Amino acid sequence: MRKFPVFYILFLLIFAGCSGANKGSKPSVTVWHWMTDRDPAFQELAKKYETDTGIKINFELYAPSDAYSQKVRAAAQGQNLPDIYGILGEKRDFSSFVKAGHVLELTPYMEESGAAWKNALFAKALAINEFREGNSYGVKPGIYGVPIDTMTIQMLYNKDLFRQLGLDPDSPPKTFQEFLDIGKKIKQANLQGLVSGWDETWIIDSLASNYAFNIMGEGKVMATIRGEVPYTDPDWIRVLAIFKEMQDSGVLANGLVTMINKTAEQLFANGRAVFAFNGSWCVNVYKGMNPDLNYGAMIPPSAGDKYPMTIWGGAGSSFMVNLRSKNMEEAVKFLRWLTDKDQQVYLAQSTNNLPANKESLSKLSPLLSQFAYVMEHTTHPSAWGISEFPQVIEAIDKGIQSIIIGEKSPEQVAQEVQRMKERESARKR
Amino acid sequence: MRFKATLENYVFVLPAVLIFLIFYVIPFIWVFQLGLFDWDGILPTKTFVGLDNFKEIFFQDKIWWQSMLNAGWITFIALTLQNAVAFLLAMACNREIKLKHFYRLIFFIPPVLSEVVVGLVWQWILDGNYGLLNGWLVQLGLPNLVRNWLSDPNTALTTVAIVHSWKGFGWGFLIFLAGLQTIPREFYEAARVDGANAWDSFRKITIPLMVPVAVLVAILTVLGTMQAFVLITAMTGGGPAYHTQVPVLRILASMRGSSRFGYACAQGINFGLILMAISFIQYRFSRKARNT
Repeated sequence: MRKFPVFYILFLLIFAGCSGANKGSKPSVTVWHWMTDRDPAFQELAKKYETDTGIKINFELYAPSDAYSQKVRAAAQGQNLPDIYGILGEKRDFSSFVKAGHVLELTPYMEESGAAWKNALFAKALAINEFREGNSYGVKPGIYGVPIDTMTIQMLYNKDLFRQLGLDPDSPPKTFQEFLDIGKKIKQANLQGLVSGWDETWIIDSLASNYAFNIMGEGKVMATIRGEVPYTDPDWIRVLAIFKEMQDSGVLANGLVTMINKTAEQLFANGRAVFAFNGSWCVNVYKGMNPDLNYGAMIPPSAGDKYPMTIWGGAGSSFMVNLRSKNMEEAVKFLRWLTDKDQQVYLAQSTNNLPANKESLSKLSPLLSQFAYVMEHTTHPSAWGISEFPQVIEAIDKGIQSIIIGEKSPEQVAQEVQRMKERESARKR
Repeated sequence: MRFKATLENYVFVLPAVLIFLIFYVIPFIWVFQLGLFDWDGILPTKTFVGLDNFKEIFFQDKIWWQSMLNAGWITFIALTLQNAVAFLLAMACNREIKLKHFYRLIFFIPPVLSEVVVGLVWQWILDGNYGLLNGWLVQLGLPNLVRNWLSDPNTALTTVAIVHSWKGFGWGFLIFLAGLQTIPREFYEAARVDGANAWDSFRKITIPLMVPVAVLVAILTVLGTMQAFVLITAMTGGGPAYHTQVPVLRILASMRGSSRFGYACAQGINFGLILMAISFIQYRFSRKARNT
């Protein structure tokens, strides 16, 4: 008799396990994401999709992004990835997920009906999710992800502080020299200059990359990554010297090299800093911190006359479909619905992020539009087809910090970066 | 019958042995094994590289050894400043003073606070532009001392080390206090009867009897401080440049930044062996000190 409860529980468990899903019921699709700010909008869209199609979408939030990234990697090892997920990291990581058989190729779906889906999306946003012919990662050419939003990284300037400095708020600096000249005025007025989260190296990398494209052009940057041009080339030293000139002119805020982006955002939103270097997501952040902030966006002022200034952009958040998912078709259909104009407008308006769908642009706020309409001037490492060694990128970024704190010269940093490049190239061989 | 009894005994310890094997021994072997491979943490295939990862750590990775030196400096500050403060406060609270229970509670608040929160609050206090510390220095008529405490390469590491000591002294305080309370009062009374003054009692009774406790605190301080990284991440992110980089941040950079899981494992093994060696030396030193 005492054994009865145990037997009863086992009986229930066995039969519960055998019951499975009800035959004829619609499948549910699970999505893992890390975007805390977008979760309420995702949940709303999931409800709408269930009402329209009967298919339940489970958006599961795992934040912060570091924890999410670890979870996805662990799930990939155990082959427990959900139907839809995002891959955080560099293109190299993305390629490993594809090569390990965790990502469905979406090219056939994108090309259906005269490539309607593909054509609706920003080409630059799509390029982030694409591996082209002859890519250095050894991935079969094709599209492997769906961009759900996009971004651009630009400079912002405070219009009220511009007036205070005797500058025209509708005419931000266009040349690097004009920008440096403002630095002198900022110093005199005892204000803070450019703020940004430069304790995170990727933001420094973004601005350095902007000036590399501007000074030597895309071809030479790519040649450097391929190892055909050394980092000790005068053009690279010029790129590094840009940061020294900015520091010397007073256009950079004090303590910039250990500043986290949240502090930078607070300083700019509270009207304490004249310039900021930030991504388009900042529109939402500044709105939350100070709805009355009067600011504009500008492309970083050009330091070269041969090549145009090219900023980072296109790479927003993307979702991938699990190649081993039983609900693969439903997952693709949902992503297609999510990137349709109406859903993209809803996402853009509720989260103030740039949409991935081109047709949604007309519905954006004027400020967000300033970020969207520079999309043609953008590039991103994930769209280059080749990538620099992470150790070299770190050496550049940390070297720039050393230049700003006056510890090293641009020439010294260039030599150190080149040594790291040679070391990593040798290791790869 | 005896065999049955022995078997029963083994069955009782089996869960503990299994837990130890699954959560300690196997991961350790796995980490050591991964240290011999080049692996990005995603692909199912790993490339065997033998001892190359270890060679790279020893002969090429200067930043790794710089981070080790940085952690060594933070540990030195913790061993001296942090533990001296902890010991002095424990001595004070061991005496019959008013509100001693309240002080015990207050001194133990920093260790239980979130490291991220503490790091961000101190970053705000030490901010070079609008920080409280610089504001106070100006008010005290010391404007020459105003600086970017966390961005200046001359002050960043020591500043982080002092904040770390502030955060951690409560643990040492508690252990020292517990140690002081185990010393019988009669020893001090007998010494007083024999004509010993307070300094004599401290030198001849307190210090010798506190040596084992001090060694324990020192080992825990070294192990805890060498592995510190959350507070540093929140305060400086390891910058400016590499001035506040510590070994755990380098391991994370190898794992997450460079996707070199094998190399990160090799760094972890290298770091673990160094910590074990330091602990062993401390232990031997303490035994010698106790015997003399």
